[in-house]
Amino acid sequence: MSIQEIYDAVMAYEEEDVAELVQAQVDAGTDIEKILNEGLISALDVIGEKFSAGTLFVPEMLMAAEAVQAGLEIVRPLLIDTGAKPVGTVILGTVKGDLHDIGKNLVGMMFEGAGFKLIDLGTDVDPEEFISAAQENDADIIALSGLLTTSMPEMEKTVEAIRDANKNRNLNVKTMVGGPPINEEFATRIGADGYSVDAPTAVDDARALMAAGI
Amino acid sequence: MTETVLSSPGKEVVIGFDRPFVVIGERINPTGRKKLAAEIAAGDFSTVESDAVAQVAAGAHVLDVNAGVPTADEARLMTDMVKIVQGLVDVPLCIDSSMVPALEAGLAAYDGKALVNSVTGEEESLESVLPLIKKHGAAVVAICNDKSGISEDPDVRFEVARKIRNRALDHDIPADDVVVDPLVMPVGAVGNAGRAVLSLVRRVREELELNTICGASNVSFGLPDRQGLNAAFLAMLIGAGMTSAIVNPLHVEVMTGITGAEVLSGLDHRCKRWMKRCRALQQNQAA
Repeated sequence: MSIQEIYDAVMAYEEEDVAELVQAQVDAGTDIEKILNEGLISALDVIGEKFSAGTLFVPEMLMAAEAVQAGLEIVRPLLIDTGAKPVGTVILGTVKGDLHDIGKNLVGMMFEGAGFKLIDLGTDVDPEEFISAAQENDADIIALSGLLTTSMPEMEKTVEAIRDANKNRNLNVKTMVGGPPINEEFATRIGADGYSVDAPTAVDDARALMAAGI
Repeated sequence: MTETVLSSPGKEVVIGFDRPFVVIGERINPTGRKKLAAEIAAGDFSTVESDAVAQVAAGAHVLDVNAGVPTADEARLMTDMVKIVQGLVDVPLCIDSSMVPALEAGLAAYDGKALVNSVTGEEESLESVLPLIKKHGAAVVAICNDKSGISEDPDVRFEVARKIRNRALDHDIPADDVVVDPLVMPVGAVGNAGRAVLSLVRRVREELELNTICGASNVSFGLPDRQGLNAAFLAMLIGAGMTSAIVNPLHVEVMTGITGAEVLSGLDHRCKRWMKRCRALQQNQAA
């Protein structure tokens, strides 16, 4: 019995096995953060890399994320007990007027699987909702998703409102944007702190933002 | 007998039950085509032109025109693009935008009876798009979502379709000019996406007696061999009674799926179009 088995079970998309193996490690007194980092997160990272490289596909990423989720459910309450902090806190949602949530949900699952605390505000989210959620949860990052071209002006407005809140309302949060019509150039122009091409990359970019110090 | 008649100056295309399946070319759309978006933004319409010609040559009966270049003046671009495409090919157009001013500009520039993509079940959309449809005597794509979002429950989406049909009638738009888009979601993320659309197509046809349309390519998002999956899906949709779709006609497998499904659904008398297409493909190969 080893942490490697947890890792292997995630790679094999065996949700139930992951839950059992994680529980067994917990019962054996293995360090919780070690289970999380070496068993769950590192496996999902590899899945994410393969997805970004085009060798794994959406259903596989979903299955892996669900498997990790099963493990997280066991370790999460224990992490709170040990006083361990999440990697970061992310507020996620699609911008106002955009109801398409499949991409956003993939991003959310990858964030959770990477050990972030996720507050998913759902679809059609008003700029003010993002800001107040960030204030309430002392968030590090607000991640905006959109599928429609018409979401781009809305994304711009939202980023603007968040930057304004950073300046004038004692908020200290970074913004990330993504979705089919979005590109790096647009993200830079509207003053977002990051643009990610897909869900696994969003996790990497969020880590980089966290490491850069917020 | 449900018939949605679309027209260009020299051609009429009818979407209808027991008629040939209407193929609407999806290529003239900068969404997700960053190179095309940059070209259009710079006033270069050469890819728009070549896409128009190539799609008609590949068997598209109608062309979708979307001018949704991020942060550009979409209404002005729509006017330009409708005129350019109409100057090149004589097929009806589907004027595609989520911005009402762009739809209005496209309709004003268009010569004939266009299909407008789209109206949703949201109040704001209904009351801004339907008056335009009435004014220009156009037909409209009714997308099955409303303020509450895109439901995974086919019953909810069916009721949105019914609501849009009824509101069109209130605006004195014939029901035949409402073409329902049941909304295709990626089956790789939403397991019942295929079955939900198939059941909606049947119900819309039988209970509302309306034509149906969809952007079929969405179904294969995030999966390998998208063309193969799209072709299988389109064949099933035609089997379920779908009467038109927005697809990439340059994808040979997709067009084979459509043409074959028409044969097997009894929509291709004496298999004439199937044989014609196979001969054309053979000739192309030989050349």
